Amino acid sequence: MPKTIAEKILSRASDQDLEAGDYAFADIDLAMANDITAPLAVDAFNEIAEEVWDPDKIIIPLDHQAPADSIQAADNQKKLRKFAKEQNTTFYDVGEGICHQLMLENHVKPGQLVIGADSHTCTYGALGAFATGVGSTDMGAAFASGKLWFKVPETIKVTLEGKLPDYVGPKDVILMLAGEIGASGALYQALEFTGPTIEKMSIAGRATLCNMAIEMGGKTGLVATDEKTKEYTGSNREIEPDEEADYIEEKHYDVSNLEPKIAAPHEVDNVKDISEVEGTELDQVFIGSCTNGRYQDLKKAAEILGERKFSNEVRTIIVPASRKVNKKLMEEDIIEKFMDAGAIVQSPCCGPCMGSSFGLLGEGEVGLATSNRNFKGREGSPKARVYLSSPMVAAESAIKGEITDPRKNQK
Amino acid sequence: MNFKGNVWKFGDDVSTDAIIPGKYKFDTLDMDKLARHTMEGIDPNFYDKIEEGDLIVSGKNFGCGSSREQAPLVIKHSGISCVLAEGFSRIFYRNSINVGLPILEVPGISDKVEEGDNLSVDIEEGKIVNLTKDEEYKAEPLPDSMLEVLLSGGLSNYIKKHGGFEWDTK
Repeated sequence: MPKTIAEKILSRASDQDLEAGDYAFADIDLAMANDITAPLAVDAFNEIAEEVWDPDKIIIPLDHQAPADSIQAADNQKKLRKFAKEQNTTFYDVGEGICHQLMLENHVKPGQLVIGADSHTCTYGALGAFATGVGSTDMGAAFASGKLWFKVPETIKVTLEGKLPDYVGPKDVILMLAGEIGASGALYQALEFTGPTIEKMSIAGRATLCNMAIEMGGKTGLVATDEKTKEYTGSNREIEPDEEADYIEEKHYDVSNLEPKIAAPHEVDNVKDISEVEGTELDQVFIGSCTNGRYQDLKKAAEILGERKFSNEVRTIIVPASRKVNKKLMEEDIIEKFMDAGAIVQSPCCGPCMGSSFGLLGEGEVGLATSNRNFKGREGSPKARVYLSSPMVAAESAIKGEITDPRKNQK
Repeated sequence: MNFKGNVWKFGDDVSTDAIIPGKYKFDTLDMDKLARHTMEGIDPNFYDKIEEGDLIVSGKNFGCGSSREQAPLVIKHSGISCVLAEGFSRIFYRNSINVGLPILEVPGISDKVEEGDNLSVDIEEGKIVNLTKDEEYKAEPLPDSMLEVLLSGGLSNYIKKHGGFEWDTK
């Protein structure tokens, strides 16, 4: 029977011939948990086992409250260092980067089944892996057994064609889709991204798309492998859907006239063309996160910046997604450029995205972020308002102190 | 597994950031302490208002967003007996069963139930009786395997009881 990418990977991992709707226990290739989810996963693991199933396949990065921002966080992190050492798992201490970026850079290969105790684990579909978020108890059980039950998801096929206009990028595409599909429009389903626009898109751009599959309720986002995947991962394994695969829905979009998009407070699917919110005054701009903290994202922001300065009225916080990203930006003097323009550049971590570490918004404040969620109370006060955008829109808006269309200044 | 309590109503797309805001969620693993902040993103006084055994009724996509297991855990530790919604986000649904928080999908429930209604819930039967309005509603049944995990008090207890967690998936 012809298969989608999701059906192929789950069939291989469970050694059964599966189709959408089937339940199966499957062997996990990689299991990742971070500093906020791993402590509970370790507790769950300790209740049921003494030794992990395979230390090489367990990855624990500290990224959410990194470096520790409270004594309790420090204690949690101490617990994880001890666990990683005792069990000999792969471990990334504070400062190495966002868990999802580290997984892309160092671990994930096409065709793998990957679970992460973080909802944005779906990012790794950019490399042709089936990757999905789970909770801490599932993760604890996986630490012990290397297995987990899965329901094989139906797949929505999203075909994108057309060349993205100048100053419009992958983030605008995925925000457009979030607006079209809605916050629960892909619930329990996989999203396969395909078409000429995807073929031209970098791995970083594909990661931005797959990252936000969860914002439509999706179980994961997926992109078939090609030469770019091979080059990025060093793996020759090819994963693509069968031609006659069965999709629950097929959507086609031409992106050649796409406008820069904004998700307005307080839902990711509250998506508007930038013209509808232009001029909204800002207190803070955050450029970073597992959605848009990669080299390509920050380079685009630097290109928009040019020789200009960020507004004194705005706190501009820039956080590269990993040490590798940070180093590359430093080598090209991009970090120096951000610093000279007045930005606050932090060491690699999740940053203000989920409002626990630093850069929180106060009551009545307005933030623009390149991250993936603008839920009430997430990035600080429940009375703050957060807009989401691409790094290009964020950079232009940080210069002007209000939401600004980057196309206007450049023409 | 039976519950009786009064309803607290919420809308669609209640996120885990609303259930337990980021500024609290990771500072402690003591869920009784964290539970004081349950639903604070929407109603800062929620914890003080509820009585042991009360229920949450919500629209579609309850628990969307982060995979944090603190979300179902604080609801469980706040004294809420179960959550009835038109639908749940995938990870929240899984986590709730895994930590032993009873949840049921009940089509159309947000239109039928008012805040303060007194409900009795039978989890195994998937039957909800609205004692205030004298009405009965039917939930989507939980798959047997998940019901068993829930009745064991969560996945860790289930594994301890059975020495493993593979069940017949067909």
